[in-house]
Amino acid sequence: MNDTAPNGPTPGGGPDLAVRRPVRAIALGRIRDLALLPAVLLLLVIGAVSNESFLERDNLLNVLSASSALGLLVLAEAVILISGKIDLSLESIAGLAPALGFMAVIPAASAGFGSELPSWFGLLIIPLAGALIGVVNGLLIVKLQLNGFIVTLAMNIVLRGVLVGMVSGKTLFEAPAAFFALGSENWLGVPVSVWVTGACFAVAGWALHYHRLGRAVYAVGGNAPAARAAGIRADRVAWGVLVIGGTLAALAGLVIAGRVGAINANQGQDLIFTVFAAAVIGGISLNGGKGSLAGALLGVLLLGMLENLLTLAQVSSFWIQAIYGAIILVALMIARLTTGEGQE
Amino acid sequence: MNQTPPTHPRADGAGRRIVAEAHGIRKRYGPTVALDDVRIAVRAGESHALVGRNGAGKSTLVAILTGLQRPDRGVVLFDGEPAPGLADREAWQRRVACVYQQSTIIPELTVAENLYVNRQPTVRGRVISWRRMRAAARELLDEWGVEVDETVPAGGLTVEDAKMVEIARSISRGTRFIILDEPTAQLDSRAIDRLFTHVRRLQRAGITFLYISHHLEEVYAVCQVVTVLRDAHWITTAPVGELGRSELVQAMTGERGAGAVPGFGVIRSRPADDAPVAVRVDRLSGPHFTEVGFTVRSGETVGLTGLAGSGSRQVAEAVAGLYRPDSGRIEVLGRPTRPGSVASALAAGVGCVPRDRHHEGLVPELSVAENASMTIMDRLGRLGVISRRARDAFARRTITGLDITTDGPAQPVKDLSGGNQQKVVMGRALANDPGVLVLINPTAGVDVKSKRALLAVVDRARAAGRAAIVVSDELADLRTCDRVLVMFNGSLAAEYSVGWTDEELVASIEGVGTGHE
Repeated sequence: MNDTAPNGPTPGGGPDLAVRRPVRAIALGRIRDLALLPAVLLLLVIGAVSNESFLERDNLLNVLSASSALGLLVLAEAVILISGKIDLSLESIAGLAPALGFMAVIPAASAGFGSELPSWFGLLIIPLAGALIGVVNGLLIVKLQLNGFIVTLAMNIVLRGVLVGMVSGKTLFEAPAAFFALGSENWLGVPVSVWVTGACFAVAGWALHYHRLGRAVYAVGGNAPAARAAGIRADRVAWGVLVIGGTLAALAGLVIAGRVGAINANQGQDLIFTVFAAAVIGGISLNGGKGSLAGALLGVLLLGMLENLLTLAQVSSFWIQAIYGAIILVALMIARLTTGEGQE
Repeated sequence: MNQTPPTHPRADGAGRRIVAEAHGIRKRYGPTVALDDVRIAVRAGESHALVGRNGAGKSTLVAILTGLQRPDRGVVLFDGEPAPGLADREAWQRRVACVYQQSTIIPELTVAENLYVNRQPTVRGRVISWRRMRAAARELLDEWGVEVDETVPAGGLTVEDAKMVEIARSISRGTRFIILDEPTAQLDSRAIDRLFTHVRRLQRAGITFLYISHHLEEVYAVCQVVTVLRDAHWITTAPVGELGRSELVQAMTGERGAGAVPGFGVIRSRPADDAPVAVRVDRLSGPHFTEVGFTVRSGETVGLTGLAGSGSRQVAEAVAGLYRPDSGRIEVLGRPTRPGSVASALAAGVGCVPRDRHHEGLVPELSVAENASMTIMDRLGRLGVISRRARDAFARRTITGLDITTDGPAQPVKDLSGGNQQKVVMGRALANDPGVLVLINPTAGVDVKSKRALLAVVDRARAAGRAAIVVSDELADLRTCDRVLVMFNGSLAAEYSVGWTDEELVASIEGVGTGHE
């Protein structure tokens, strides 16, 4: 009952409900995508005013490269959420998958498995491990029809436990340079991780919009029985999305390892909360079928800039978490006001 | 069953106390006028029908009569007293209750707890007394003749029993005026009869009903007075006995002769006996049906009907790949399809309107264009890349072809009215230029005009040489068919060709042989 916009005579005759808000209906979709833009701009202004080094090229690149691992994880989670599923195990995949790759390559003396396989093989293991975990998640959620929340929560604990057991308190760092390239090298003056994350967002965003598989993700998340009735193999779509998500999470783990220069048992821990915060303030619905990657990307940038600003402002590290959380709540409220729609 | 209620002579009715009254009601949403100088007066002990096409203003009037919306102008009176303030929900609940299409029963709780949810009888102040709650529930149900067990979970009730529990809950809150918003939407004809029997008994016991329905038969079956709205205006209020069917349809649509169903009464040329067989169903068995077999020729429209549990819907769903039979064979245009595979059915040339547009028909957030083209995404560009231009062109053809009222291909389908949403589902069924159409309840919950448009599609499909299977329990839908197959308890029970009478078909559906009343 929100007929608001003017409407002309309709061929069907009569003030049919179908002609409600013709202009706003289209505009709203855009607004929801870009609901965070005012907040991001506001943060840019605050940053520029409060700290002269904020807008410098190096600092902005730093923000981007520091956000790229989070960006890949948010991309993975966003696609999974749009398909109507959920994956809480991404943060542990980001820890375990690269660790497996590292340990397959480095000698036993440096805490490796002792297999000392070639580097290319170790690098291949990393995305494959992520994909494989996605396959297992899909098996449990799609085939056995277990609850996705609890399956991936349990999987998260299991994977973290395996990582802790494998590493047993050590730190993995003596790996070939190729393993750190993604998170530490530059290309044309911009970190490789930023290029990769940007490319992933561009490809995924394009596919979600212009490829039938991408539209199938929205259809399955929006109404799975209807998608099925239209001949879309809903189970395969959901499974595929979980596998892609696992692969992207493994890639995110490699980015983190490269930035830090090492892997320990805590890699990625507790990151999943930030991932969800970024996705939801970016307009991704937890109920599926709604949201865009442009919005999710703005969510990532907002949180990345926020973290950077808090560090530049030399906020006490003991308080940074409380402030960070409070600002996420404020961002949610701003997004709610800009779209005028409730978030589920 | 079906006994006629005690008739209410008009003079008698006119003298009765007016329970609920609204006049001069005007309501705008932005620039859209939802109600303009609308009036209604419901008298004690009557069942008053409120009819009108989708968008005529029925929902808005109900929202105003139940205190969910405030009218911009006009007054609402209960028993001659002005209505309470909008914030005073309890006062509204004592005066009026609405049983919506959507159930408000909490399935996991028992019937008794549903009746007393949030006002459970207590002992010593705050402790819930389950014993007293069950006793009170039993007493309430007995008093109003609702034969359900108060200790079972409400989720296990039949739809009509659940409606009765909702009505009993309203009565226990003190209201004697109840609005029924399309109560029969999910019921088969037998359940509808049971519900009507209850309604008539409650009416005799002094409950007043305002009855909203798309089915004009129901209006004549249970109501004494009818009010018609059209395009936000009050058109007429009259005793149902004084308003014939065609006059009523005319009042609703503002068109003369709108009651005529396309093709009704016209002797159609039967498809030639040498027309190719489009669908061959052979010894099909599954949980809901056994050994069903029939054929449909190209250019032939076959109705498939039966009670809710008869399996007619499931047989049709099996043809469309939405239901997996245990054994048997389905051939579409000479090729067997893979059981339970929508993709296989689509590839064989089946287009389907599923049973419920909200459940299986539409993705509400997506646009008209995307919903209509969902089955042909692979044909809208190369390598799976969707050409927006091809999709929009297809959507525009669909919008024009089916006369869908929308802003354009990009409008989210959730913003369309029910009839137009159903046309989008029909557009999707036609998208792959199917040789066989499977239409399950194609006109459920849409207004009279959309109904005609949707049935016209069936006629056009026949002219284009498509075979069609129409599953419906609405006689108007079945009249467009060349043959009607009746299922009973999972088996084919009877077959009728054009010229059947309502009585014989309904009797056959109900499984009471070919005798008449």
